[in-house]
Amino acid sequence: MGGRDATMVLLDENGIRCDGRKIDEPRRIMIKAGGLKNADGSAYIEFGDNKILVGVFGPRDVHPKHMSNTDTGILRVRYHMEPFSVGERKRPAPSRREIEISKVIKEALEPAVMLEKFPRTAVDVFIEVLQADGGTRCAALTAASVALADAGIPMRDMVAAIASGKVADTIILDVNNEEDQAGQADMPVGYMPSLKKITLLQLDGVLTPEEYKKCVDVGVKGCEIVYELQKKALHDKYFGNRKD
Amino acid sequence: MTSVSVIDELKKAQILELLEQGKRVDGRALDEPRKISIEINAIPKANGSARVYLGDTEVLCGVKIQPDRPFPDVGDKGMFMCTAELLPLSHPTVETGPPQAPVIELARVVDRGIRESHMVDVSQLVIEKDKSVVGVFADVVVIDYDGNLFDACSYAATAALLTSKTPTWEMVDDQPTVVEGGDKQLPVSTIPVSVTMGKIGNYIVVDPNGDEWASMDSRITITTDSDGNIVALQKGGSDGFSQEEINQCGELSVKVGAKIREQLKSAQEESQ
Repeated sequence: MGGRDATMVLLDENGIRCDGRKIDEPRRIMIKAGGLKNADGSAYIEFGDNKILVGVFGPRDVHPKHMSNTDTGILRVRYHMEPFSVGERKRPAPSRREIEISKVIKEALEPAVMLEKFPRTAVDVFIEVLQADGGTRCAALTAASVALADAGIPMRDMVAAIASGKVADTIILDVNNEEDQAGQADMPVGYMPSLKKITLLQLDGVLTPEEYKKCVDVGVKGCEIVYELQKKALHDKYFGNRKD
Repeated sequence: MTSVSVIDELKKAQILELLEQGKRVDGRALDEPRKISIEINAIPKANGSARVYLGDTEVLCGVKIQPDRPFPDVGDKGMFMCTAELLPLSHPTVETGPPQAPVIELARVVDRGIRESHMVDVSQLVIEKDKSVVGVFADVVVIDYDGNLFDACSYAATAALLTSKTPTWEMVDDQPTVVEGGDKQLPVSTIPVSVTMGKIGNYIVVDPNGDEWASMDSRITITTDSDGNIVALQKGGSDGFSQEEINQCGELSVKVGAKIREQLKSAQEESQ
């Protein structure tokens, strides 16, 4: 972070990226279900150098009351970065960026959660980015799905997420911080693999129509990899031999 | 938001009944803090960091060190600031939004303990007098709540500062510029340790856990430095202490603090 190397090679002649990965290779991903004692459900994810903690509470009473809906439960998401999570210290109050990401993640999770089963209640998802390194919204969404499942909230599917993008005119999977800053496009994709539904999609950068299709496809395939790790995390907690 | 658990009168009665027999709910002695575990460098991207478990209370501190403008009246000193925040995932009753009075108190007490001990030697953190100084920010977040955030946050901030590395800057074209390979240990002069004690009935207990925190009548947090001096104190809660009790708490804070200081020291040594 900080001083970025202007001469950095994003993709070398052997198709190897700046952090040593191949073009279709995600960073190291570690997901752990549970961990927090006070939350109803929780998850911790390390996605490359991203470190993100998610806690879920609910379904529970809605405060303030006027937010409650008699027909359905509501989902509330707060995405928040710690002041020490990024290169230059971030002021602790929520920024416009964090408010937008909170909304995008909420809308990505809503299709997965059976909120209609809990009218007049709220499910709160609190996302804390402890260390950021590009792709936090995808890692956060991935962990939030696991935390919701860990809380025992009925779901249609889990949302897995990863970004695809374009660097050095090549479509790649899992954009890291350097590639996001210096690359040509970044496309975060959130996807429910069992229902085959994309619930989060954003893009900044320039892609041809062909590249666009390829990018979505690479993203969806990446989500399928992430999905297996989400299931493994839950399996490890509930069926593994680990004590938790 | 620091005394949030709804505890029924029965539990409180039970805690008091046990204290009358010289016992505590979790089996500790009255002057015994919970197990402290310290994980240094939990956030490699910060200049220093520490995750601290005090029993089931879990907090994380990250230190950021960066050039800043000095305060107009103290151009020959760097800046030090410590904040504390309760994350909403730390307990079901914590709400988002601007911090409430208890959290503001928490942050200020943690800051004061470290600041008043002169742990961080701000006189060494000047890049150019009156123009540019080094700012040291220790931000502490509470991840899981089980009472006594004062001490947990204080230990995390102290451990993170003890193991922080600071870059070196010099003025180039009137701008602070990082000197390559100039990383060095943050100048630290002492190790402050806070010890919080709760008063339940007529009993003083060190490091109250969540249940004790919810049933105590008042509390006192005392910070000592490496020389055994008392450098900061905060009384809280709606009951008072007798003079004897205040003296007793002072002695306890020195005694208990010394042991905890050894643990902070060994965490620092292990990280080197």
